Amino acid sequence: MRHVVSILIENEAGALSRVVGLFSQRGYNIESLSVAPTEDPTLSRCTILTLGDPDEAEQITKQLHKLVDVLRVSEYDEENIGSLERELVLMKMPTPNRQIREEIRSLCQIFNARIIDVTPELYTLEYVGSSSEVDNFVETLSKCSDVLETVRSGVLGIAKGNHYMHS
Amino acid sequence: MTQMSGAQMLVRTLEDLGVEHLFGYPGGAVLDIFDALLQSDKIKRIICRHEQGAAHMADGYARATGRVGCCLVTSGPGATNTVTSIATAYMDSIPMVVITGQVGTGLIGTDAFQEVDTVGITRPIVKHSYLCQGATDIPKFIREAFYLASTGRPGPVVVDVPKDCVNPKRLFDYPPMQEVKMRSYNPTRLGHRGQVKRAAKLLSEAKRPVMLIGGGIVLGGASEKVRAIAEKFNLPVTSTLMGLGAFPGTHKQFLGMLGMHGTYEANEAMDKSDLIFAVGVRFDDRITNTVSKFCPAAKIIHIDVDPASISKNVPADLPIVGDADAVLGQFLDAIEEQKLEGSPDALKLWWEQIEKWRQVHCLAYKTNDELLKPQQVIEAVYKATGGKAIIATDVGQHQMFTALYHPFDKPRKLLTSGGLGTMGYGFPAAIGAKIGCPDECVCLITGDGSFQMNIQELSTCLEFNVPVKIFILDNHTLGMVRQWQTMFYGGRISSTNLNYNPDFVAVAKAYGHEGIFVEKPSELQAAVDKAFALKDKLVIVDVLCDTNEKVLPMQQFGGGMGDMFLQD
Repeated sequence: MRHVVSILIENEAGALSRVVGLFSQRGYNIESLSVAPTEDPTLSRCTILTLGDPDEAEQITKQLHKLVDVLRVSEYDEENIGSLERELVLMKMPTPNRQIREEIRSLCQIFNARIIDVTPELYTLEYVGSSSEVDNFVETLSKCSDVLETVRSGVLGIAKGNHYMHS
Repeated sequence: MTQMSGAQMLVRTLEDLGVEHLFGYPGGAVLDIFDALLQSDKIKRIICRHEQGAAHMADGYARATGRVGCCLVTSGPGATNTVTSIATAYMDSIPMVVITGQVGTGLIGTDAFQEVDTVGITRPIVKHSYLCQGATDIPKFIREAFYLASTGRPGPVVVDVPKDCVNPKRLFDYPPMQEVKMRSYNPTRLGHRGQVKRAAKLLSEAKRPVMLIGGGIVLGGASEKVRAIAEKFNLPVTSTLMGLGAFPGTHKQFLGMLGMHGTYEANEAMDKSDLIFAVGVRFDDRITNTVSKFCPAAKIIHIDVDPASISKNVPADLPIVGDADAVLGQFLDAIEEQKLEGSPDALKLWWEQIEKWRQVHCLAYKTNDELLKPQQVIEAVYKATGGKAIIATDVGQHQMFTALYHPFDKPRKLLTSGGLGTMGYGFPAAIGAKIGCPDECVCLITGDGSFQMNIQELSTCLEFNVPVKIFILDNHTLGMVRQWQTMFYGGRISSTNLNYNPDFVAVAKAYGHEGIFVEKPSELQAAVDKAFALKDKLVIVDVLCDTNEKVLPMQQFGGGMGDMFLQD
């Protein structure tokens, strides 16, 4: 089962390595990880996508809470707190002929994706959506031309509605 | 404000925190700190012979006194030598602060001489760690380290101090002591009131209850409340290895230790129980046997200060997070408020059943005139000390024999590596305990394998006059491993013989101590008496013991709590 875990940590040297270390040390996997400072620069917000049964997810949450640098931990799942998830993908595709260029452009229009860099040889695309939407985008685009490179940001999660994580 | 160097601030901070004994070993990166220590008349330095010893001493000191143990070692190998000791303290939740030297901040990352990523190496085995970036970090980090080490679920904290941070030429204002506050760390003390009430009710209605206590009772100082609750409801009490002494071992309601080498009555009572009242335990694999067969009829109330310990291995029916002493205090109030009386009739039947299990006499063993049984040595030490000594052990058969044949009536009397199972722990731990409690009798019960893992500290004992009494249960083998080879590997003895032991009596004498060799059962009593009569001397009593003796009872793999191998 898929779990999105959101963590508020001290923005200090070594804090992230404690979070990541905890996963490997206890045998949990990290599907994706994203982290950056928050509006308060002394804090960082980290979103981790992990797979495991509900007991494992609960243990992960508790163990994360135990880390001294961790202020808040939330696990977003459908039963618990509904969440909004977004992931960003950047991808480079070769554009050898007009037909492929047109096809990519029209697909980007349909997906609401952007072409953010253009050279005579290739396009660089940007798309934002949920993980499954990103999967679908990459798969669909790959049908019309080779994919030279993709970069995904990993999932960012935030609670739905009036819930929010405060320091 | 007084101007001080980083090294002076470090020493002053330790003084202000009340540190009286600092275990350690000097080296290049901590030269300035040791130089500053010369000016301190409050902190006594205990210099070990190997840094593993220093950190185990700090651990033993902490376990025996309840205060935070502190040690100071140099960078690189000094720091890596403490790794086993830090892991030992971490597994048993022992409050300890390890200060390690580090190369200068400008050299970090350059593979400098005696550089190692101490914070990185120790990350999975500490409660928290710090790398100082400047001299002014030192007082702040050390104060936080002591606070973290000793509150919530205790544990070791590492403070890594680069050499330039303690430069004696650079002076700073020493910040006055103030209360430590950390926004990201607020351990829960009191339990949830509603849960406590429900738990009290559940316990009072139980027909076959067992109270299960562990190291959390010792760490939380909750022994008296455990006893009050146990006596109020006439509960049978069992304990993990780490909890021994938290409830009097000679009390009629005590069933002995439970688990892999627990007593028959303790494990059977757990297995047939309808309610387990567990406080300060973590249900590790040496306790539960097969988790899926663990105590099938029992509901579990689990109280622990660490929420991650609850429902980790065994799901709790009624979890309560909080400090053991505080929660049990709430519990006693709840009993009073609700005027709960327990179920005396049901308990009477339950005790009758338990008495039948006790009649199995699972700890009975056979003696002879030729060769001593290890159990006899433990019993002789118990008798000679009146059970009042602090006993440190190493790891293996002698450790289990101590747990089973030496009742502990008070907490902080048994110092043993329960979680990590560190051979070599006992001797330095005994030294730390004796330094922390100079008026108490401190004994080490060890094996011929374990003792040789930190035997060098005999020299420390001479230098600092530490007269511990050492009993080596010398069976010329790694007894516990041999026991498994005998029982589960078709008797194939692989690499467990110790046929090249030194003459331990000669070793004792070479280090300036006393030694006594015991070959026959008839010599034991005189040797024990003599060891204790030599009050101010460290004495090694090397006792030849039966190589083939096994620690029994022993749980059968794949079984439930009550499935055990017993003595023939």
